[in-house]
Amino acid sequence: MIGNWLDIGPVTQIEPGTARTLPVVGGEEIAVFHTMRNEFFAIRNKCPHKQGPLSQGIVHGDVVTCPLHNWNISLRSGKALGEDEGCVPTIPLKVDAGRIYLLRSAVIGGGDEAAVQQATQDKAA
Amino acid sequence: MNAPMNFEKGSPSGSSRERLVVIGNGMAGCRAVEEILARDPGRFDVTIFGAEPRVNYNRIMLSPVLAGEKTFDEIVINTQEWYDDKRITLVSGDKVDSIDREHKRVVAASGRIEPYDKLLIATGSDPFIIPVPGKDLDGVVTFRDLDDVDKMVAAAGKGGSAVVIGGGLLGLEAAHGLNLRGMQVTVIHLMPTLMERQLDEAAGWLLKTELERRGQTILTGANTKEIVGKDGKVSAVRLEDGTEIPADIVVMAVGIRPATALAREAGLEVERGIMVDDHMVTSDPSVLAVGECVQHRGLCYGLVAPLWDMCRALADHVTENPTGYLGSVTSTKLKVSGIDLFSAGDFSGGEGCEDIVMRDASRGVYKRVIVKENKVLGAVLYGDTADGSWYFDLMKKGEDVSDIREALIFGQAFASGGALADPNAAVAALSDDAEICGCNGVSKGQVVSCINDGAHSLDAVRSTCKASASCGSCTNLVESLLSLTLGGEVESGPKTMCKCTSFTHGDVRKHIVEKGLREIPQVMQELHWTTPDGCASCRPALNYYLLCAWPGEYVDDQKSRFVNERMHANIQKDGTYSVVPRMWGGLTNPKELRAIADVVEKYNAPMVKVTGGQRLDIFGIKKEDLPAVWADLNAAGMVSGHAYGKSLRTVKTCVGSEWCRFGTQDSTGLGVQIEHMTWGSWMPHKFKIAVSGCPRNCAEATIKDFGVVCVDSGYELHIAGNGGIKVRATDLLCKVETEQEALDVCAAFIQLYREEAWYLERTAPWVERVGLDYVKDRLAEEGAIEHYAARFRYSQQFMQDDPWAKRAAGEHEKLHQHLAEVRPYPGAKMENA
Repeated sequence: MIGNWLDIGPVTQIEPGTARTLPVVGGEEIAVFHTMRNEFFAIRNKCPHKQGPLSQGIVHGDVVTCPLHNWNISLRSGKALGEDEGCVPTIPLKVDAGRIYLLRSAVIGGGDEAAVQQATQDKAA
Repeated sequence: MNAPMNFEKGSPSGSSRERLVVIGNGMAGCRAVEEILARDPGRFDVTIFGAEPRVNYNRIMLSPVLAGEKTFDEIVINTQEWYDDKRITLVSGDKVDSIDREHKRVVAASGRIEPYDKLLIATGSDPFIIPVPGKDLDGVVTFRDLDDVDKMVAAAGKGGSAVVIGGGLLGLEAAHGLNLRGMQVTVIHLMPTLMERQLDEAAGWLLKTELERRGQTILTGANTKEIVGKDGKVSAVRLEDGTEIPADIVVMAVGIRPATALAREAGLEVERGIMVDDHMVTSDPSVLAVGECVQHRGLCYGLVAPLWDMCRALADHVTENPTGYLGSVTSTKLKVSGIDLFSAGDFSGGEGCEDIVMRDASRGVYKRVIVKENKVLGAVLYGDTADGSWYFDLMKKGEDVSDIREALIFGQAFASGGALADPNAAVAALSDDAEICGCNGVSKGQVVSCINDGAHSLDAVRSTCKASASCGSCTNLVESLLSLTLGGEVESGPKTMCKCTSFTHGDVRKHIVEKGLREIPQVMQELHWTTPDGCASCRPALNYYLLCAWPGEYVDDQKSRFVNERMHANIQKDGTYSVVPRMWGGLTNPKELRAIADVVEKYNAPMVKVTGGQRLDIFGIKKEDLPAVWADLNAAGMVSGHAYGKSLRTVKTCVGSEWCRFGTQDSTGLGVQIEHMTWGSWMPHKFKIAVSGCPRNCAEATIKDFGVVCVDSGYELHIAGNGGIKVRATDLLCKVETEQEALDVCAAFIQLYREEAWYLERTAPWVERVGLDYVKDRLAEEGAIEHYAARFRYSQQFMQDDPWAKRAAGEHEKLHQHLAEVRPYPGAKMENA
């Protein structure tokens, strides 16, 4: 079981209200967020709008505002909120005994494909 | 303790009773036994092992014992008579060392061997000890059992200082107890808010403020590095940042972990806790487990309420009437007298969740209820917890709250009042002399007549009868009266700051100064923010307003800064940054140019461009390279150009009288002086200055926020120009004769703008909003120039240290570094997919 989860270090390495990045060689960079409500999320570090680095946005609640054009992205679902449409892949994350783990297959595969597909369907519907 | 050895006892040889052995004489173990006996008193011969040398007591009441509010005798659950009466063998003070599942027996530390038919593990949890140097020193205690309490009470008897590591439930209760017993208490908490598992930022802030008021020192975001000792005894705690806090006793209360060693060694299935099914049965059908040591459906519990449910399910199962345990929803209260605090369920919010927030600053109340799909998902209450159990009940039952949604936050009495559930109806039912606004003593009748006299908006009511004009907590009542009195004809007032508040930027600025609000969570509480932690619009604005109001005192909140100001560089569309070093008045020299050229080559910057503000912009720098780039530029004497900030940008100059045949004054020199005076200042928006040496105006001073045009007889000072989307030429503010006067008026104008404009309002729209005459009048008042200029210069004392130099030296280094880099091995994707 543990082999499926990638240990990326202690929770304390990300200040609440900020994100840090995790480049993947040959893959897509991941942004790992620590919200002010003490939750952790991982999503691909690219806004669905113009590929802005979401890790650099202002975090409020479980939402990040993209630094380039102020799209609001739900960290929980990866979906753009409000009038905007789009979705960024999420990476399943868990916190155990003070350490952060990401689902290895999603890290390497570039995110939760199911989320992307769901978003595509939602948009079509 | 004195029970006979009973190898022969048991079902095979005599008694028809099954043998039940319980490991753990705590709340879970004993409760399970009580539940079983209540169902079938004759079924088992019961033996309970307890590691502590005493009878069963209520562990959660240790806090009141520490605080001196209760004695040990008062928290005993079962006395020795109870054990005797129920014919339970209590083996206390003897810890079980191993479980021999093959022979179905347990072995205790004393050598005592006890066979079983059914074994119940109720070992609870162990305090977590952070692995820092000095953790084993004399005087370092945990907060788990009565021995710990005795140690703390003994230490407190000698007075002195206590340090509690951990600002969670347990740590704060320990701190409270020690504080009441007269010790000087410091709480060290790793996270930025207290009790972050149970409280959101807003409630955590209120709690911290109250504890500080009671004389405790609360250090949040503080990381313990070492416990310092002297002669084998604790003497101080040293933090990561070097701070040393003297300590005669250190209480380690950072958390608990399920005590699973025994089960693990016996080969039972264990993850975080001992794995159990819905009937509390472990991977061995003869072995049950209950309480804090178990993991049920992926969850481990550290609170008492789930134990009761677990014990019920366990007893039902062993008496062959299985019902099953489905998991628990928990709620938390802090046992610190005088602090009302309640938290339950999921308060992290999320997709489709709606926060209903009510704040009453005058009573110190913060209430937040989280609703999703018409069901209560969680609640955080501070200051008034009367409705905690009601929300908790709605939550557990999953009741549909759509009918009482509007009145939910006002509590049970209000929401279940039938017709009163409609807040407008409730307000309509108030008598005319009912007080609406407590601050200004305004009654309902007065508000209504003021509305009838023509005050058709919230703002109009505020300015005529003063209702809702002070603290604002009656805003919703006034709004209800407006819509009741006028029907649909309520005029919407001026735009509020954002959706989180009913106040305008102007109101917020005014209240920050008048009420002396000094932190973002304090502003949100006092001004009744309707969201728990604001949004991307209000946080940066509040951060600026506080910075401006309390220079040298307010600690800048990095997480409320837009990325460019957090990174001290300009983000570009590809996520890289551009870096602009300051060139004073547009002047440069070979050393600076060489340093820039070297940086461009060293970091492969793909482009360098001359900006409109007369300096050089280096493009394509990666966030991780920024500190090194800044270090190189610093080495050549250059500092941040703040090309990224809501701050002073550039002071553009022409060559002036020193070289130009038309120049009337030393415009370059004056520009450099102005830039030295103004650089580093944070503003409501970006701010550009220019100084032209003659009316030909080569520096384009008449489209700047502040422009100086030199003439033979002195200096014309212009304000509120803009070269952006909507070009606006400046207005002439005044004419002065000396450079010093020009500098003073510049400083004064900037300070007036800093103190009065709204966040993200450039000088041009600000001056158009308030009127040029207003600005002129304000600055023409007796002594105004000196007054504002002095305020600006005071504030600048704290602003003019180069942010780049600090970053190059390692400040906020996490902002620039990646967490790690993932290098998948070849074929990883296929194998893991």
